Amino acid sequence: MDEIKPYKATERKGETFSYLPPFTPEKIRKHIAYMIAQGWSPAIEHTEPEKSYSNFWYLWKLPFFGEKSVEKVMAEIEACHRGNLGHVVRLTGFDNYTQCRGTAFIVHRSGR
Amino acid sequence: MPQKTYKAGVKDYRENYWTPDYTPLDTDLLACFKIVPQAGVPREEIAAAVAAESSTGTWTTVWTDMLTDIDYYKGRAYRIEPVPGDNTAFYAFVAYPIDLFEEGSVVNVLTSLVGNVFGFKALRSLRLEDLRFPIAYVMTCGGPPNGIQVERDRLNKYGRAFLGCTIKPKLGLSAKNYGMAVYECLRGGLDFTKDDENVNSQPFMRWRHRFEFVMEAVLKAQAETGERKGHYLNVTAATPEEMYKRAEFAKELGAPIIMHDYLTGGLCANTGLANWCRDNGMLLHIHRAMHAVLDRNPYHGIHFRVLVKCLRLSGGDHLHSGTVVGKLEGDRNATLGWIDTMRESFIPENRARGLFFDQDWGSMPGVMPVASGGIHVWHIPALVNIFGDDSCLQFGGGTLGHPWGNAAGATANRVALEACTDARNQGRQIEREGKEVLTEAAQHSPELKIAMETWKEVKFEFDTVDKLDVG
Repeated sequence: MDEIKPYKATERKGETFSYLPPFTPEKIRKHIAYMIAQGWSPAIEHTEPEKSYSNFWYLWKLPFFGEKSVEKVMAEIEACHRGNLGHVVRLTGFDNYTQCRGTAFIVHRSGR
Repeated sequence: MPQKTYKAGVKDYRENYWTPDYTPLDTDLLACFKIVPQAGVPREEIAAAVAAESSTGTWTTVWTDMLTDIDYYKGRAYRIEPVPGDNTAFYAFVAYPIDLFEEGSVVNVLTSLVGNVFGFKALRSLRLEDLRFPIAYVMTCGGPPNGIQVERDRLNKYGRAFLGCTIKPKLGLSAKNYGMAVYECLRGGLDFTKDDENVNSQPFMRWRHRFEFVMEAVLKAQAETGERKGHYLNVTAATPEEMYKRAEFAKELGAPIIMHDYLTGGLCANTGLANWCRDNGMLLHIHRAMHAVLDRNPYHGIHFRVLVKCLRLSGGDHLHSGTVVGKLEGDRNATLGWIDTMRESFIPENRARGLFFDQDWGSMPGVMPVASGGIHVWHIPALVNIFGDDSCLQFGGGTLGHPWGNAAGATANRVALEACTDARNQGRQIEREGKEVLTEAAQHSPELKIAMETWKEVKFEFDTVDKLDVG
């Protein structure tokens, strides 16, 4: 019989893309470009890890309506992270057509 | 106003029901039938007969016709078209005035349109290919209790497809063992698990015990992963009273989603349950057992796109759609046609996808297509391409059949889905580069790596039985 590998104790995860290795800045840039190309408004949210189960995180400034610059969004992510060390930081794309979020994923995992 | 006189006897149907000069009204319900007539019956006559027998007509003249405005109430065959590549059959288009149908009752629509007429002797076979519900009728129906956007918000999942798994073996597990299988799947990374449609409340596992153990599994996996989870608790039952009893208990346990089989359970029960879900903040997953009995024969029955429209009106937040690539039948273009019909608010006529009419759903929410049946990690690049994010991909054997168990199987699927979604957003052609995308992802996931080795040879390449009609 082939060896069966035991599955670890359940780990805390963070929804979309949390089963992949953390994204490099280069990857995050491409996701921001994708978001903007879909017509979504990038937004940044953050929270203490212990409160991350809630739907509602702290909104960093306002969603960046009409922003076309990937670098500006990157700079805001960095500013949010530096101002809130130890917080989880999430990037969201608001889709005003569906009145939903087109995507949302964590860009700074807790403690990193 | 000149009065007609009554004359008993039998008239050709086409005298009253074939109206080639008629321009359908925006409020008419339109139908396209595929007809194979008995030898020697003219096409106009049989098209008119179908219009008559599915609306006001009967085989002989009756004097009571003259007490009403029969010319207003009658269905009208207004066009016939050849079927491309098939000279035995033709399409007949019929317009029905909206007054023929009770508001908000898909049951009533189907009783007329696919009722007695399907047994009519002058037909060799008859198939309802498509329906156009006028927006005025759509607005009388409740539709999906929540819709795709509300489901995403409730479950906090954005920018990727949902992942599910049907618990197997579908019959015979005890409630506690069943709950264990659910827990392992959910803690490994799935969003949903599902009762198999055959699971109702059998002697080996009564519904109440299943609901209790399953919800313990859901809540524990949710607390541990920090992600929102659900299990489609099947409330399909022998009677509506029993169905509602099960739904109430699911709500009491904090379940986010329940499940119903809309064809075997029936559209009356389904519409009632959808209303209950709307009132109680519950998501509703819809299974489609019996659909292939109705929709697979290309010459007789009801096309699946019609069953999709009926479900969207009756109400449901998820509906099984086929996978194109898995073990169950489904032509790619036809599938794209009916998943648009589930999700979009306006779908234009598109014969290349089998859509015979424009369909306007107004503000009615969309239904999430569920791809399930014989799919595994190797299919994920194609599934992400075909179905996009607003879908639920369900791997039963493809999760539980993983050599290391359910949790590892769940992780393999989750990693593969996220890798393909990531690659798509990075601008890669994931269907063409699927192998590379998965192989790269497997470098960080031993669960995915072994899943890829396990299923690399499994394909389901059989010809489709129900093809689109093309010349």
